Amino acid sequence: MPERILEPTPGQTVGPFFAFGVEYPRMHEVVFPHSPGAIVLGGTVYDGAGHPIPDALVEIWSADAHGVVSRHRGALRRDGHTFTGFGRSATTDEGWYEFWTVNPGAVDGRAPFFAAIVYARGLPDKLHTRIYLPDDEELLAADPLLSSLPPEERATLVATRTPDGHLHHDIRLQGAKETVFLAF
Amino acid sequence: MSTTETAAAPESLLAAPDQASQAEITAEIRATHEQADALEAGGRRVPMTLVDFPPYRSSILRHPTKNPRLVDPETIELWSPAYGQRDVAAIESDLTLQHSGEPQGERMTVQGRLLDSWGRPLANQLIEIWQANSAGRYIHQRDQHPAPLDPNFTGAGRAITDEHGEYRFTTIKPGPYPWKNHVNAWRPAHIHFSVFGSAFTQRLVTQMYFPGDPLFALDPIYNTIRRQRDRDRLIGVYDHDLTVPEFSMGYRWDIVVDGPDATRFEREEEH
Repeated sequence: MPERILEPTPGQTVGPFFAFGVEYPRMHEVVFPHSPGAIVLGGTVYDGAGHPIPDALVEIWSADAHGVVSRHRGALRRDGHTFTGFGRSATTDEGWYEFWTVNPGAVDGRAPFFAAIVYARGLPDKLHTRIYLPDDEELLAADPLLSSLPPEERATLVATRTPDGHLHHDIRLQGAKETVFLAF
Repeated sequence: MSTTETAAAPESLLAAPDQASQAEITAEIRATHEQADALEAGGRRVPMTLVDFPPYRSSILRHPTKNPRLVDPETIELWSPAYGQRDVAAIESDLTLQHSGEPQGERMTVQGRLLDSWGRPLANQLIEIWQANSAGRYIHQRDQHPAPLDPNFTGAGRAITDEHGEYRFTTIKPGPYPWKNHVNAWRPAHIHFSVFGSAFTQRLVTQMYFPGDPLFALDPIYNTIRRQRDRDRLIGVYDHDLTVPEFSMGYRWDIVVDGPDATRFEREEEH
């Protein structure tokens, strides 16, 4: 493998006033709401004092229900039916983010998850994490990342299935149940 | 967690409770950089951007305390959303043409290339920018400092990189922006950039600055990047070739997205 020749551009905070720069219509609707197979993935982003963060931004990127990584354009201008895999949600005043999406299928036979990135005012750089589906215990047990973590850290990466089939997943930037964040 | 807990009004969170002086903040910046240097000298891997950076007061409760977990990217993380030239209209990259009249301020072109760590141009990637107007005021409703809004300037734009990885925006130079991190805190003039790469791991949100800004040494956000040589890469370069006679100034700013390592080359060989 060749050596890197350029130094990367450092990241900075998304700042306080990003909404007018990054928002676009239906940005959190990875699939059309209530369409067959559609679920809500939602949760609260918390700070180290346990307070919700009203100025955070969450992005997800995942395979489709069959585990296929979409190469379709259209994440920016939704046509209401093309699955592009990408969504963006700014938190509400109560720190709540949510997406309409589908349960991603397993890619390469691995435990399915949403790749996720969190940004916030006060957070100096992006944070990568994963939001795993809770359903397939066997795949979860075989996952290299999850199986390397103690149970309390593993729990921060696995969403909760709600009785109506949706997914709930809180993200904690700091504190006792701090979400596990990733470097590649 | 009780569901009845209500969030504080976001505006009320913008002012740091202690309101330190600039001298105190500047001393904290220096001390935090020295601590990071010492950690690195002791053999620790220290990131370019320090997320634990107390002089940036709102970071205190919003940064992870554990080191990020180093993982091999999975397949999905080695791809990123697909964009193309037609996803963005040409006018979206000209922030001076979005209203019926001309915005106030110094017109300029900001142009550059999006590259990966190996110097390869990244075509068809989405770049989003947002910024304050020439008086340093954001159009965002929570920005309430008493500088004028400009009815002819929103301050948001988008572009898709061309086959050479080039992007180009026409805009006006943003003004310095006062904030409430400490007493008499001012951000150096900057443009926010959001950049997609060809892998989700390369995703980058950052800020571009302008050469010679006297506020650099005073600004906790700019200084969350601990080394001078890394901070320098956030500063656009004045480029006379990008100016337009009797019309606009020009700055060149190349963006380099990071990694990922081996797997990326393996993937490309499959195609």
